[in-house]
Amino acid sequence: MFCEKYYRPRSISEALELLKQYRGRARLIAGGTDLVLQLKEGKKRVSVLVDITQIKELNYIEADQGFIRIGALATHSRLAQSSLLLKQARVLAQAAASVGSPQIRNVGTVGGNVVNAQPAADTAVALTALDAMATVLGVDGEREMPVRNLFGGVGQSKIDPTGEMITGFFFKVPPGGLLSSFGRVARRKALSLPVLNVGVALAPAGRDNIIKDACICVAPVAPVPLRMRKAEEILTNGILNDQTIRAASEAAAGAAKPRDSRLRGSADYRVELVRVMTYRTIKNALQAPGGCQIV
Amino acid sequence: MSKQKIIFEVNSRTVNLEINADEMLLEVLRERLDLVGAKRGCGEGECGACTVLVDGEPVASCIYPAVKAAGKKVITIEGLGDEDNLHPIQSAFLEEGAVQCGFCTPGMILSAKALLDKNPAPTEEDIRVAISGNLCRCTGYAKIVQAVKRAARILAGG
Repeated sequence: MFCEKYYRPRSISEALELLKQYRGRARLIAGGTDLVLQLKEGKKRVSVLVDITQIKELNYIEADQGFIRIGALATHSRLAQSSLLLKQARVLAQAAASVGSPQIRNVGTVGGNVVNAQPAADTAVALTALDAMATVLGVDGEREMPVRNLFGGVGQSKIDPTGEMITGFFFKVPPGGLLSSFGRVARRKALSLPVLNVGVALAPAGRDNIIKDACICVAPVAPVPLRMRKAEEILTNGILNDQTIRAASEAAAGAAKPRDSRLRGSADYRVELVRVMTYRTIKNALQAPGGCQIV
Repeated sequence: MSKQKIIFEVNSRTVNLEINADEMLLEVLRERLDLVGAKRGCGEGECGACTVLVDGEPVASCIYPAVKAAGKKVITIEGLGDEDNLHPIQSAFLEEGAVQCGFCTPGMILSAKALLDKNPAPTEEDIRVAISGNLCRCTGYAKIVQAVKRAARILAGG
């Protein structure tokens, strides 16, 4: 028996009130596709669950004055099918589409994916590539944090689900738009943990082959999703062509320090994967609708 | 531990139950409601044998807390048809030889139903993605995909 009581509040205030009332013995649950298993296996323990999926105002995907805002309870299915995301930030739609299976995607949420804090969580990699922020609500009020700062280590979120909740995420879409793509290597096409995830988002400068901003996120090559800063600098420094893309991929491979892994392959293999997948994902991003023709 | 009351719809019938907070939908369906079509394959949400439809969407009922189903509409394979009155998807599976041991079949058919309800003319790729959360150890999937194509044609009036 892994919990004594299961609440389904209909409002944010009701949810926070329950957390306050139980003083650490209650925690939030969204879709539960990770958490239920962890509770059944005894990896996490709780007395009371507060299911927030009835709170309608936390489930939205909308454009708002140059930003895209996403409610924490938007399911992966919803993200994957969002025409807004497919058009303007397809890295996130593609990432959500590769989570688990249809059954998992129909129930699992983007907020839960981030709080579960696996470094290669598909939507977390995409959100990091979009340089997204999270809005966090606790008893002390609301704060905003970069998504990449919510990861304290493998499975260790900086969010405390007994006292606070992510209400949503937001990221900027510059006037020139974003060219983005998600790349994944896994043993199977579904129901498979990633061997490597890469998220790329590029802001074209409006002149052919010039990128004014680049974000590249690669995972798992560290306990948290990793931004490849050196690779990003190479892409924004001058004309973008096959040579610079190769140089950026090389820089990403150099920055990745994965370990030998029975699950994901030897360190050498994983570094080579970073090299190849960074290259391919940058190329794929450039071929996104509205993209520029590159050598 | 106190029990919790939930009311929800199963195969168009309203059901009123007192359950434990940590019961999963799969147990409630199989053990309290005698709807044993949904199977426990892995117990981890990774094989799809427990798939049922909740508000039209396939979910893994083995990791779906039953309390979540309160106020929702659940469809199990029993709600689709029976041996005297087969649903077109069930007939198609039989006609195409898409059933061997039958363990994956209820979940497979429900995933197919959810697909065809949303997308009456799926491509082969659409079908394969729709059933990507349902594992089959017997058939190699080819006949299952053929069956879904056949069902799509029949349901479209072909």
